[in-house]
Amino acid sequence: MRIASPAIVGGVLGAGALLTAFPFLWMIFGSVKPRSESVEYPPRLLPQAPTLENFTQLFGQLDFGRYLVNTIAVVLISMAGVVFMAMAGYGFAKFRFRGRGFLFFLVLATMMIPVQVTMIPTYLLLNGLKLTNTLVGIAIPGLVSGFGVFLLRQFMSAVPTEMVEAARIDGAGEARIFWSVVLPLARPILAVQIVLTFIGAWNSFLWPLIIAGDDRLYTLSVAVSLLNRQIATSPSLQMAGSTLMVVPVLIVFVVFQRHIVRGFTLSGLK
Amino acid sequence: MILLLAFGVLPILIALPVSATDMNLAGLADWSRIDFVGLENYRELFADRAFWQALTNTGIFALLGVPTVIVVSFVVALLLHRSENRFFRTLRAFYFAPAVTAIVAVSLVWGYLLNTQFGLVNHLLSTVGLPPAQWLSDPVLVKLSVALVAVWRGTGLNIIIFLAALKGIPREYLEAAELDGASGLRKIVSIVIPLLRFAFFFVAVTTVIAWLQFFDEPFVLTKGGPLGESTSVSLFLYQEGFSASRFGYASAGTLVLFLIIAGVTLLQLRARRSDADR
Repeated sequence: MRIASPAIVGGVLGAGALLTAFPFLWMIFGSVKPRSESVEYPPRLLPQAPTLENFTQLFGQLDFGRYLVNTIAVVLISMAGVVFMAMAGYGFAKFRFRGRGFLFFLVLATMMIPVQVTMIPTYLLLNGLKLTNTLVGIAIPGLVSGFGVFLLRQFMSAVPTEMVEAARIDGAGEARIFWSVVLPLARPILAVQIVLTFIGAWNSFLWPLIIAGDDRLYTLSVAVSLLNRQIATSPSLQMAGSTLMVVPVLIVFVVFQRHIVRGFTLSGLK
Repeated sequence: MILLLAFGVLPILIALPVSATDMNLAGLADWSRIDFVGLENYRELFADRAFWQALTNTGIFALLGVPTVIVVSFVVALLLHRSENRFFRTLRAFYFAPAVTAIVAVSLVWGYLLNTQFGLVNHLLSTVGLPPAQWLSDPVLVKLSVALVAVWRGTGLNIIIFLAALKGIPREYLEAAELDGASGLRKIVSIVIPLLRFAFFFVAVTTVIAWLQFFDEPFVLTKGGPLGESTSVSLFLYQEGFSASRFGYASAGTLVLFLIIAGVTLLQLRARRSDADR
């Protein structure tokens, strides 16, 4: 594919990357500006008098410590979903049972249905289970995803059936086989799932907003969105909140980038 | 599995009966206060100008967004595919980053950039002598701004998919074409694009679905305003369902949206099939 020299392509891509990443830069610089500077016109990229007052205000007056703990709790609950998905994926990959094809079709079907379509019925369902206004209720709708089950099944189909059978002949129980043989073999795909689950749960916004009526249950995303509505809006405070939300995910993403890309390759989307 | 059925399939089955009632917040607490209203919700929905506005807006968003996302992701993926060195791999992370960041934070940052009083974008416009623009309150511009943010966020994932697909193209094909004297553009048009047909199809289907359910960006950036100019169907349903607590009415709209999405997806599948037969 020689259209232009690599240097030009590199230059174009570099410029595009900077443009793409610019909002993040602006956010991080904005988060350490004092309020007066953040509403200054004309705006300046670099803060003149860097300060951490926005962060102290978030954690001091605005109770962001609690929201952070809530968010982490939701992320941890969601991790249980990875185990469920692994079990489902293993079941679909290695067991033959009546209705397997139909059930797997249903799993795929859920991937095609938009969230908003299921939003209200799911709310009614959670309400019926008395799970509204609880952290579990916030985490549950995102616990398992059709995409995750699909990804895990694809991977586990490749686990040699002989190994499972060998373990069975050696007298291992089904649970033991799952924990000691299948899960260790599936480690690469589990890493992908864990990262995706982390990102999904950390960022989830709509459910926390709908389910958490009580402000003690707010997650970071809900709290950050409310920064927009306070009367004396301070852009620098908003940027500080955004930084708090974005930076952990970016770190996780950069560290595990290769796993994520591999996950998509593994799923066979070619 | 049970969870998936409970939160994936069951809700649709619930939506069906609920859409035929006048269920609201009072009905939630006391089931006896729910009345069966038959097709009344649907009749009202199709007479509701706000619903039609939301539907039109969603169409505009999809027409703006889908082609842009597909073209931009493909071109960036092609360029990124050129080299495997460290510099290119680092660049990749930059392009993917918007896709994994929280929409809430993203919208605050963009709202700040596009702010009319002290936003950077208007400042940049003024330095090249252009008048400031009302990015988030002009009825036409607001659609562009909201779509721009969604495109910015939407390309990362598709770049990953295209890159994975590009890696799967056997090098021999391209080398053979080169020996035959094919130019760079010719190779892309005649070899790469046909071989990536499935990737294109997948990206097209998921992108169309994503834009038909367009919700996050207008919700956090503009709340659908000014005067519903950036309200999408999903946002309309959310407002009716959760802000106005008209669960029955919103459920009816939900099913209409579901049918639209299912219809469009089926059309795409059919187009793909006739394409494969050729």
